[in-house]
Amino acid sequence: MEYKEGKKVFHGVAIGKIRVLKKTENQVARRKIEDSKAELARYEEAKQKAIAQLHVLYEKALKEVGEVNAQIFDVHAMMLEDGDYNDSVQNLIEGQNVNAEYAVAQTGDNFAKMFADMDDEYFKARSVDVKDISERVITILNGNDTGSDIGDEPVIIAAEDLAPSETVQMDKSKLLGFVTHLGSANSHTAILARTMGIPALISVDIDESWNGKTAILDGYEGKIIVEPDEKTLAEYEEKRKKDEEQKELLLTLKGKENVTKSGQKINLYANIGNVSDLASVLENDAGGIGLFRSEFLYLEKDDFPTEEEQFAVYRKVAETMAGKKVIIRTLDIGADKQVDYFNLGKEDNPALGYRAIRICLTQPEIFKTQLRALFRASNYGNIAIMYPMIISVDEVREIKKIVAEVKDELTKENIPFGEVEQGIMIETPAAAVMSDELAKEVDFFSIGTNDLTQYTLAIDRQNSKLDRFYNPHHEAVLRLIERVVKNAHAEGIWAGICGELGADTELTERFLKMGLDELSVSPGCILPVRKVIREAE
Amino acid sequence: MVSFNYAIKDEIGIHARPAGMLAKAAKEFEANITLSCNGKNADATRLMAVMAMGVKCGDEVTVSADGTDETMALDAMKTFFEENL
Repeated sequence: MEYKEGKKVFHGVAIGKIRVLKKTENQVARRKIEDSKAELARYEEAKQKAIAQLHVLYEKALKEVGEVNAQIFDVHAMMLEDGDYNDSVQNLIEGQNVNAEYAVAQTGDNFAKMFADMDDEYFKARSVDVKDISERVITILNGNDTGSDIGDEPVIIAAEDLAPSETVQMDKSKLLGFVTHLGSANSHTAILARTMGIPALISVDIDESWNGKTAILDGYEGKIIVEPDEKTLAEYEEKRKKDEEQKELLLTLKGKENVTKSGQKINLYANIGNVSDLASVLENDAGGIGLFRSEFLYLEKDDFPTEEEQFAVYRKVAETMAGKKVIIRTLDIGADKQVDYFNLGKEDNPALGYRAIRICLTQPEIFKTQLRALFRASNYGNIAIMYPMIISVDEVREIKKIVAEVKDELTKENIPFGEVEQGIMIETPAAAVMSDELAKEVDFFSIGTNDLTQYTLAIDRQNSKLDRFYNPHHEAVLRLIERVVKNAHAEGIWAGICGELGADTELTERFLKMGLDELSVSPGCILPVRKVIREAE
Repeated sequence: MVSFNYAIKDEIGIHARPAGMLAKAAKEFEANITLSCNGKNADATRLMAVMAMGVKCGDEVTVSADGTDETMALDAMKTFFEENL
């Protein structure tokens, strides 16, 4: 058994033989030519042939994967007709008397670099397209034929990189999943994987010796297991079966409202912990993001993330969700989430210790950097901010003071920001008890049931000796939730749940009765919960 | 020379597909059609140059036409931007 990890592009489980695709390297040598007119004519002919191929590919893709995925070939054909691109090729052939292959390769490299240097992810990813069209012309000039015959048996495709033209030429009924070394979450291969609903990973070190071996592609955990043992294989067969059941659910419930038989509506949002989860948020039809844990920005780094780094991430999430609500929770480290550069020190009782908002209010410079990034990003979508681990009204007022300072600074610097809803997590018994007072200060409540349960019951979830005392549906917790919702509504604000309990379908009906306005659950739970809501009275 | 300003509504900005369509539409006219945004300019018939401007959602673009059929060209551009961007 061999494990390799990668970045998740699309979830799912695939089990099958690996087919390693090797790129037919186009060797491009620089040659001096005598007749530049003839060379230019050679280029022109190859270009026309390439455009004709692209039209054929467009038609094929249109039928197999739909307009959205087919468009790329239309764009490729247009790119090949671009004035600047052609001028560059012509100038090289005429000005430097080089062969057409070299002129195209050089031009392709220059334009690819131009796109790769842009700061927007979408435009960055276009460098692949420029390379792809240049490769196509060079292949024709070299007299080679392209082809991505993957054989008759369904396979997991592994490759250094895949150009859109390669993936579309593959027989879709034989594709189980993709694993590539290069590529981005915005690449066409990634988009195609999402459209087809097959698992895909990028940033995987591909080993050519995998060719023909059986493997498991785990798009949930982001790993590929080559030559798995029997036990692992059996586990994954089970997972794959569950997956298919989920897909059935998807088909019937996507696009449907979260409404009970009697017409009560509730928002179903998604919890995410990284930008890479966005695809599954959209895939599972979430109405928004109810909890975006910003910790990964801090956990993945060796030093404090800068305002710009944070801004780029928040903006991306806001833009991707295109006007749907994105609730971002401010820094929640400490307790079980430790970061070296914070120098938090050892604590006897970290769950009751220096964590979350307590760090932010003690070290406001860290807090302010995050707030600035959040407010700046609010200009690009519907961002809401939520503060964790609140126990008192005074804390909220202190936060509001800092927020006012940040807004003032931004206004003075002429940096635009939008309207931002601000709410708090209700995850301490203190906040639940004081929710009538707290509701006067904020725009919404989001109940963090994991911590609320642990603090209310005084039970450490990690300690298995306590299992028999632990009841996740403990009446104390449920009554606290009910109280919080009532107090929220009394002040005209909304209340939701973003803890694990929100996805507990045994409680969905009770939550509906309490009048909760929102449940935020992991993306994979959205449709199962929607099912229960729609079956409820 | 005539011109108008337009704030981009497309989520990705002026991406590959509309840039390509724009190039085709702009080639129909004698007038030189130029896009300006964020201090950068590009000939509307040149799709790579237009993409290289990196125009994003919310950015304001100035579209200008200069030549014998400039009024007609600008009208066509207005319709194009409203329908596609």
